Amino acid sequence: MRYYTTLSALAVLFLFPLLWSGYASLEEPSNYVEMAAYGEGVGTYAANSVLVAVMTVGGTLVVSALGGYAFARFDFPGKNLLFLATLAILMVPYATILIPLYVLLGYLGLQNSLVGLSLVFVMFQLPFALFMMRNAFEAIPRELEEAALVDGCGTFLAFTRILLHAVRPALITVGLFAFLASWNDFFAPLILLNDGASFTLPVAVVSMTSRTMGAIDYGMLQAGVMVMAVPCLILFIVLQRHYVRGFMSGALRG
Amino acid sequence: MTLTVRRPRGRAGHGAPPVSWWRGRKAQGWLYAMPTAVIVAVLFIAPLLLVLWMSLNRWPLLGQATFNAPDNYTKIADNALFVDSVFFTLKYTVIITVLLSAVALGLALLVQESRPGVGFFRTAFFLPGAVGFAATSLLFYGMLNADFGPIDPMLRALGVTDEPVKWTGTPNMALFSTIALVLWRFAGFNMLILLTGLQAIPTEVYEAARSDGANRWQIFTRITLPLLRPTLALMLILSITGSLLAFDQFFIFTNGGPDNSTVSMVMVIYRAAFFRFDLGGAAAMSVVLLVALVGLNVLMMRRLR
Repeated sequence: MRYYTTLSALAVLFLFPLLWSGYASLEEPSNYVEMAAYGEGVGTYAANSVLVAVMTVGGTLVVSALGGYAFARFDFPGKNLLFLATLAILMVPYATILIPLYVLLGYLGLQNSLVGLSLVFVMFQLPFALFMMRNAFEAIPRELEEAALVDGCGTFLAFTRILLHAVRPALITVGLFAFLASWNDFFAPLILLNDGASFTLPVAVVSMTSRTMGAIDYGMLQAGVMVMAVPCLILFIVLQRHYVRGFMSGALRG
Repeated sequence: MTLTVRRPRGRAGHGAPPVSWWRGRKAQGWLYAMPTAVIVAVLFIAPLLLVLWMSLNRWPLLGQATFNAPDNYTKIADNALFVDSVFFTLKYTVIITVLLSAVALGLALLVQESRPGVGFFRTAFFLPGAVGFAATSLLFYGMLNADFGPIDPMLRALGVTDEPVKWTGTPNMALFSTIALVLWRFAGFNMLILLTGLQAIPTEVYEAARSDGANRWQIFTRITLPLLRPTLALMLILSITGSLLAFDQFFIFTNGGPDNSTVSMVMVIYRAAFFRFDLGGAAAMSVVLLVALVGLNVLMMRRLR
């Protein structure tokens, strides 16, 4: 019994802040009304966040699925070098290349752009995603692909019709990690976006704490926290199994 | 790249005999890997080279860059804020890594066996890890506010204090509160990493030890810890690297205060770039941090594995 008492006490400790934040935001429903009208309107920021998440998840899935297939099933010159270069992204602290990325995106006409931000997120996700996808494709029996090729499918057709189905669980894991990273990240959008209308939720809600706008509205702030947190909590609870697979795969090892 | 062959969509390989389907697979492999190569080259290799080049130039936010090497590097040592931030960040990293490892290991040991209801507790401990770090910082910003948050009234009701607690009012309190925030956010995440390691230990090993008469402490120190070493090493590396790059919690929750006592290294770089518009100086500090971290990572991987 002492075992469950200990666990329950700990669970209260871990759940209390979330429950409090939800309560504090709902205590005055006007918090949400005020937040909806904050700055450019919370709808704009949420739409930006959703757009970035969609582009990040989509981009990561496409790039890592194609790349994972290449690394698992093909030999080509520079293969090892490219794989090492991709994994090196894990070694280089991303905070240290955001300033050159800001300048570089300027050269490409992607400064202050949600597309530019999403591309940066895809790059950050790539080592984990590529590693996951390569392993998933390697786990598929070669016969499955060979049968399709003998039947006259090109490799691309075999890829889209057969192999992608077989790696679906890995795709879900990669997509989930990409979503959480893009939705929650604060530092990259802080640096790469400089105009209020293009802010994502974290940057917009953090700006509610700047005192230049008068007194801080703490209730509205917690409403902002909820808008950011609730989608992640729901997704995590629904896709928990797939999240844990990301840990088991060893892909976190840099 | 000399690849001009467009990947034929669909049925190009139609009817090809099995022997030759692998012919041209080199080119195909390259095509599939191309998006990865482009992303890595443009968004990773190029900025790496650019940060080196920027660090050798006076590089204002707007306007022409002019070569001024090695000024950006020599002035780092004179930047008192950066030097202080190095010491502060190291101190923070040591404290967080020790506490986080202890808490995460404790939690992992508590929930490692599958007993009824354990799944719920695992999820409960992990849930904060699904919430973003910025959202977490804002949550604590409100929760630890003396007027708005619930903690102060609770402490007063319990008679622990009768004055408002200055959660971020003194350097030590600010650090303490930040540590509480980070532990809450990351304990479950690290617990999950350790759980994967714990569950990889075969149960036969434990059974053998028990039948040899080993007690729980002996099992923990002689079997669990040594076999968990690679996983612990991974957790340590992630925690150390993450803490050395700390930004969100100090930027949002303490805003570097009071009196710049909680300014992390990445915060100094950010301020140099976007408050003082000195991208060259920021780039030089980035290069120093980058080299130090890559070196540290290599060292840790050699040592700990």
